[in-house]
Amino acid sequence: MVAEAVIKVTNLNSYFGPLQALKDITVDIYKNEILGIIGPANSGKTTFLYALNRLNYLNTAYLQNGRIVLENRNIAEISDNILRKKIGIIFAMPQVLPISIYNNIAYGPKVHGITRKNIVNEIVEDALQKAYLWDEVKDRLDMMATRLSGGQQQRLCIARTLACEPDVILYDEPCSGLDPISTAKIEDAMQQLKSNYTQVLVTNNTKQAARVSSRCGFFLMGELVEINQTADVFSNPKDKRTEDYVTGRFG
Amino acid sequence: MNAAKIREKVAFVVLGFITLLVVTPIILTILYIVKNGLGAISWEFISQSPRNGMKEGGIFPAIVGTILLVVGTMLFSLPLGVLSAVYLVEYAKDNAFTRMIKLSVVNLSGIPSIIYGLFGFTLFVLFLRFGTSILAGSLTLAIMSLPVIITASKEALEAVPDSFRRISLSLGATKWQTVRYCVLPYAIPGILTGTVLSLSRAAGETAPILFTVAAFYLPRLPHSVFDQVMALPYHLYVISTQVPNMPMKISFATAFVLITLVFLMNLVSIILRTHFRKKKQW
Repeated sequence: MVAEAVIKVTNLNSYFGPLQALKDITVDIYKNEILGIIGPANSGKTTFLYALNRLNYLNTAYLQNGRIVLENRNIAEISDNILRKKIGIIFAMPQVLPISIYNNIAYGPKVHGITRKNIVNEIVEDALQKAYLWDEVKDRLDMMATRLSGGQQQRLCIARTLACEPDVILYDEPCSGLDPISTAKIEDAMQQLKSNYTQVLVTNNTKQAARVSSRCGFFLMGELVEINQTADVFSNPKDKRTEDYVTGRFG
Repeated sequence: MNAAKIREKVAFVVLGFITLLVVTPIILTILYIVKNGLGAISWEFISQSPRNGMKEGGIFPAIVGTILLVVGTMLFSLPLGVLSAVYLVEYAKDNAFTRMIKLSVVNLSGIPSIIYGLFGFTLFVLFLRFGTSILAGSLTLAIMSLPVIITASKEALEAVPDSFRRISLSLGATKWQTVRYCVLPYAIPGILTGTVLSLSRAAGETAPILFTVAAFYLPRLPHSVFDQVMALPYHLYVISTQVPNMPMKISFATAFVLITLVFLMNLVSIILRTHFRKKKQW
């Protein structure tokens, strides 16, 4: 099967001031795959993820060179707000706005100019359904989102991203603060979303990458050491460092 | 009882005593004014113009004048102050120039009010030919209020968690949408506090309005923004020092009205603040 690359990253180097965070990363991200990114702390995983929708630039000391191409367009030529609509992100700790559940999800459509009430209603319900949260909150959409549990908040974040109708969803250690049951629900949602979205999952939990991802990349000190089918990375790693990491000898 | 507990008790008593010492003058001032002024307060006093060399009648024109000046000041200083704070916090790059502006804003709040009065007089009254007028007075008071409004707004904006901005931007909102929907609503209570504080000060200032708007005796209401008005603090100064044989109770009653006006403004801000806090909690 010849897979179609949605995002092509070529020779990406990233710097925060004098510190180089990513070294010469070249990788394709294929349509409808879940690309797992594993690696120890400070290995550049999150920088790589943030480079894809230019969130690194919120830090004024950030510089990068190399090319990132989304659907044949260099992302440097796409305006930030359009790019971030197409490439959504779920942050590490559940981050909801202190407004109602409904308004959290309607925020994306609102800033993208969708204001007709019945259309927004449909988007909100659809997004919550896809994030497996609808049944738990359908009777209390006006409730403050901050009163949901951590796991529910994280699924709300997924729904909020889905409401922007992205092509790609990035996850930055989405389950780091969650219990195993909430984690399982989020992993279920990711599996369901596979048919319509391309997903990139950065995780500290190698087992999660093994469970969820179809391909997996291993980052170490800003380098992409190895990227391959997930089964191969875990059972037949080519690089000694990858083997050491996935077998738990360091990291 | 051991030594640490005794020290704890001593510290408690000393700190409590010092706090009491601080609030005593304020409470005494208010009590003194209420005691001496309340007797002269009547419907006539707040609804009539002064008569007979200001020794009789009321202070209605001065009340209206002060309210007009406060409203005028707010119209100019609130949008200018909040918008420049938004620029400084959300848009300005952190460089030497920005830091210089921030430093000047802080220092401006330390300038004596008479200097603002002279500046307003030269710029608005003479150079721009507004004359001694409500417009010139409001603009002068607005300039005096700006530093406090900017500083308070800046602090309120900076207190909004960065995660709100990051969420909004990550969903594809533009910078302005982010400020408009995810930052400003949460900063409003803080902005309100600073604004009212600074407007209360403007309501009670004499020096900035001395040359720019205040009328010694003008027992009619203004017709346009280019008219002079009487104002409570200046009127108080006039009747306390410039009019011989002035009954004391009229001065105190005027002071009482001025304090009540400022108190009402603060009350409105407290009500608005709790209203916004209830709506936006985090």
